[in-house]
Amino acid sequence: MNISNQEYGELAKRRSPASSMYKTIPMAFVIGGIICCIGEGFLNMYRAFGLAEEQAGMWTSITLIFISALLTGMKVYDRMAQHAGAGTLVPITGFANSVVSPALDFKSEGYVLGLGAKMFVIAGPVIVYGISASIIYGIIYYLIKMI
Amino acid sequence: MDMLMEYVWAFVIGGLLCAIGQLLIDLTKLTPARILTTYVVAGVVMGALGWYQPLIDLAGGGATVPLTGFGSLLAKGVKQSVDRYGIIGAFMGGFTNAAVGISAAIFFGLLTALAFKSSGSKINEK
Repeated sequence: MNISNQEYGELAKRRSPASSMYKTIPMAFVIGGIICCIGEGFLNMYRAFGLAEEQAGMWTSITLIFISALLTGMKVYDRMAQHAGAGTLVPITGFANSVVSPALDFKSEGYVLGLGAKMFVIAGPVIVYGISASIIYGIIYYLIKMI
Repeated sequence: MDMLMEYVWAFVIGGLLCAIGQLLIDLTKLTPARILTTYVVAGVVMGALGWYQPLIDLAGGGATVPLTGFGSLLAKGVKQSVDRYGIIGAFMGGFTNAAVGISAAIFFGLLTALAFKSSGSKINEK
């Protein structure tokens, strides 16, 4: 079989995700699962402090976001993400990382248009579509209630 | 034993939600920004349909820590504020319930960016 370098490159590219998926998927599962268990641990800790369910959830989010910000600053989180993929992306720590990481990287471009603006390069769209979806739901819910 | 099962479910459901995200990345080449956006919107939809609360009851942190949980929190907030304030509530509840997560990310993001050195090539640009 004669194929050009370019064709080979394309073939290899098409094949490689499928074979590496045996590694990436279990890795995402395990790391993601561990982060959620850490969340569950904090949730139980705050419940033990006597906080109501809703407040315990809020403090858990704040704690996880704080830890993620710190690990991002120490360059640990992004190193973890290289191996864990969606395992470090999907949890709320991944959202925090998506805010902190560009803020840090673009600090050199200034505190307002660098740090301040680039902070939302990923979180921005998340907020835009998340909030808009919630508003649409709110309007539909209101209309259904009226009937 | 109950305590152990609680963590097992958190691990399994949280892990599954992440594995689905990884599957999407591997198969569709969705970028991380799109995965996060998709997860939050999916969470809003599942929360609106009432499908997400059973998952939270089962898995606790396994359902609330992933971003679908953040989405379902937005839906919950909107429902509560529409119940309380009427139609204006549709424009309130989402941000009310997202406030803690977004504020924490902004504030700790700022502190981290101020406290740590920028990574990569940008350090040398000055």
